[in-house]
Amino acid sequence: MIPAGFEYHRPADIPSALAILQQHGDEARVVAGGHSLIPMMKLRMTFLTHLVDLQDIDLMRGIDIAGGTVTLGAMTTQHELITHDGLAQTLPILREAAHQIADPQVRYMGTVGGNVANGDPGNDMPGLMQCLNAEYELQGPEGTRNVAAREFYEAAYFTARSDEEILTKIRIPVPAAGTGYAYEKQKRKIGDYATAASGVLLRVEGGTCTEASIAMTNLADTPILAVAAGEALVGSTLDDAARAAAVAAAVDAIDPAADNRGPIEFKKHTAGVILRRAIDRAAERAG
Amino acid sequence: MSKMHVKMKVNGKEVEGLAEPRTLLIHFLREDLRITGPHIGCETSHCGACTVDMDGKSVKACTVFVGQAQGADITTVEGLVNPDGSLGVIQEMFREHHGLQCGYCTPGMITRAHRLLQENPNPTEEEVRFGLAGNLCRCTGYQNIVKSVLAAADMMNAQKEAAE
Repeated sequence: MIPAGFEYHRPADIPSALAILQQHGDEARVVAGGHSLIPMMKLRMTFLTHLVDLQDIDLMRGIDIAGGTVTLGAMTTQHELITHDGLAQTLPILREAAHQIADPQVRYMGTVGGNVANGDPGNDMPGLMQCLNAEYELQGPEGTRNVAAREFYEAAYFTARSDEEILTKIRIPVPAAGTGYAYEKQKRKIGDYATAASGVLLRVEGGTCTEASIAMTNLADTPILAVAAGEALVGSTLDDAARAAAVAAAVDAIDPAADNRGPIEFKKHTAGVILRRAIDRAAERAG
Repeated sequence: MSKMHVKMKVNGKEVEGLAEPRTLLIHFLREDLRITGPHIGCETSHCGACTVDMDGKSVKACTVFVGQAQGADITTVEGLVNPDGSLGVIQEMFREHHGLQCGYCTPGMITRAHRLLQENPNPTEEEVRFGLAGNLCRCTGYQNIVKSVLAAADMMNAQKEAAE
């Protein structure tokens, strides 16, 4: 389980990191926590000749909550998401989701930036970021641009980020006060990817659902923002029929593949159960 | 590939060596430094036998390149003994409560328990189980491991009170 050889770089700032990427093209890869990349290198399923460690770049660290926006440095670890008091108050769904990712050791190293940038359909944060309508900041040789999480994912491991760009920050609009939330995940064991997972945000005013956002994880080769499922809830009193219609719409929107987590029918069934639980919990918390 | 000069602190002692960048921290510790407390179990980030403490975080040393640990402060199970060389509190509680059978997972369990108790000195049984979820044991069924960690928490708190 020893990977092929490579050169190790630890640049101190983003321009230096970008220069290394430009010089070596697709032979170079950036590494954050490394808990997706390093296992793939050890299995020799990923080859690279230049590894660019981002840990010294201060600009990519830190959690900032201001002006109705949560800004996460891409190098923020899952552990930091769980233990940050401000986030627990402002955006508790992050904590709820991060708790369901991998195991403690992996959460100390694994970063939110790596999780969203990797493009692995099994990762939880991409779907959650679509649910929250987050935006990713990408810095590259041409400058800085922002891409909505909802526009970022093209196919498994293919994203809007080019090889010479680094995902540096994630910006999340803080949901209105009283917004109900839930991140629900079915997995075979601790540390496993989801058989099915779902993020839900619900806003209820005067007994009527006025906003709903629903995203599904590991049920297609990208995260799925289930727009029709959200629409099935908006305008309803979140009665049983509306919840069932939302589940049906989401199950219709996903496109799971059969694998060692089960056949397609099982995954669709599980997705429905998980989403229903998420809607129920979000509805309980709304108000 | 040329070797890189690696420096870090392990169990309070400054250490250095030459290693290829592809060297994993667990191999550097065991093969270069001959610190063989942390074990190689699965070598695929699942089992946690290689767990060490790195800058106040529990990490699986099989999934960290030696360059990433450059300049880090690392503690292995060897570093958790008392200053006089006797078993530290967590180690002693594992002995007393039979928190091991074959012992292969034990260095990882104890090192992880150390960080868990630093962060949460009064864990519930559920918090201990959740906190040790990245460490696998194939012998004990976990019951005595959890008991050992809870006993260590009590003992550490009693020692802290006595010192105050």
